[in-house]
Amino acid sequence: MANRWKNDLTWDDVTPEKAFLNRRQIIAGMAGVAAGAIAGPAFADKLEPNSYEDITSYNNFYEFGTGKDDPKRYAGALTTKPWSIEIDGMVDRPGTYSFDQITSGMTIEERIYRFRCVEAWSMVVPWNGFELSDLLNRVGVQSGARYVAFETAYRPDEMRGVAFPVLDWPYREGLRLDEAMHPLTIMATGLYGRPMPNQNGAPIRLVVPWKYGFKSIKSIVRITLTADQPPTSWNMSNAREYGFYSNVNPEVDHPRWSQATERRIGGGLFAKRQPTLMFNGYEREVASLYRGMDLTKFY
Amino acid sequence: MVDFANQWARRIPAWPLYIIGVLPAIWLFYLGLTGGLGVEPIKELEHQLGLIGLQLLIAGLAITPLRRWFGLNLIKYRRAIGLLTFFYILLHLLVWLVLDVQILAQIWADIIKRPYITIGMVGFVLMIPLAVTSNNYSIRKLGPAWRTLHKLTYAAAILGAVHFVMLSKGFQLEPLLYLGAILVLLAARIRWNRKRVAA
Repeated sequence: MANRWKNDLTWDDVTPEKAFLNRRQIIAGMAGVAAGAIAGPAFADKLEPNSYEDITSYNNFYEFGTGKDDPKRYAGALTTKPWSIEIDGMVDRPGTYSFDQITSGMTIEERIYRFRCVEAWSMVVPWNGFELSDLLNRVGVQSGARYVAFETAYRPDEMRGVAFPVLDWPYREGLRLDEAMHPLTIMATGLYGRPMPNQNGAPIRLVVPWKYGFKSIKSIVRITLTADQPPTSWNMSNAREYGFYSNVNPEVDHPRWSQATERRIGGGLFAKRQPTLMFNGYEREVASLYRGMDLTKFY
Repeated sequence: MVDFANQWARRIPAWPLYIIGVLPAIWLFYLGLTGGLGVEPIKELEHQLGLIGLQLLIAGLAITPLRRWFGLNLIKYRRAIGLLTFFYILLHLLVWLVLDVQILAQIWADIIKRPYITIGMVGFVLMIPLAVTSNNYSIRKLGPAWRTLHKLTYAAAILGAVHFVMLSKGFQLEPLLYLGAILVLLAARIRWNRKRVAA
């Protein structure tokens, strides 16, 4: 069961790899690129996904360091084969499932989503993945379960960033069950049609496009169904700044900066800010999940 | 070793520092324009300029302890280091205003509402009178008051480091090392033995 959600961004919006490479060359000041090669996508006045380079060289993955370029530099040390996820808690068929067991029989779709970081920058990413609900249905969610907890791999030998307690490792995230079952919520195994790069959370990660990026936990090794709201890393680190929900909301500021605007990555030194959209532009799809909730209180 | 360094310091004038000191800023802007600062050059430029400012602050604060504890006399370079500090913090602020936040109403809201920005801003404002009076005329004119005025450097340095600590996400080591270095250099000025020093 897949293809329940219709993308409003399509592959027509994606910059062809050739075109963005040419653009990079021009930006880098290299000569010899025919002007014709940059016509179209480079100057199109529509939302276009970020280049593969943008997406894979500007990351927050603190297990590999707090610098934006650290994940690209150091995440190569992560062993992603073999990989397995322990699925436990309130499920009918708990167990340790290999990456192949999890992905076999799943329809891998292309989902071009806006990605909004809590730090007020954003990208558009063409993910490949399947709906989390398909996985949860396969393992059988028991009737008392109300939340889903996720855990990232914790491997001091492979992750140089965990040597210092920037956060209380391992990284943990969580969703309410209805959020997890929402058709927009996917387990991504790749981007741009390629296997997931390590710095983006190889081999398998969560993507929840209407929430701030840190909710979309990377390199998942454990999924637990629970009755109670699970503890989540950034919320444990600073509850005033990072709520459990962390839905993208231009009207609720982070205590240290405004969330009203964002800057799209890839615009260079003179990139303009653009308004941030309610639920990151997915208001139509997800607003009903939070009906009657005070979003300034449940931020 | 120290004598050797002091001999060299006597020979090397301070003015080339101004030229050498400005080069990293030009280089960073060039990198930002040509993709050398990565895919998000604005934040990177802002961050690098702020870091250089803090490093220069530390260099300026190190001069007195170096003389006092090691006999190394680099005092003639202190004005250049101080003015370069001001230059980098000013650029840091301008990048934040013009390239990063962009929206005037939001700039004011940020300065008033966000404590780490308020603190950084106060630190910058304290540096203005120091930069303005960093000339021989002011030293003569102000007399002993000049020395008192320039103790504002200590407050500006602490505020700058606290600004860095506060803006970091999670528990990070680097900003704490900067704050630690500044506190150590300030502590190195305290006369613990309470002996009266002849004027």
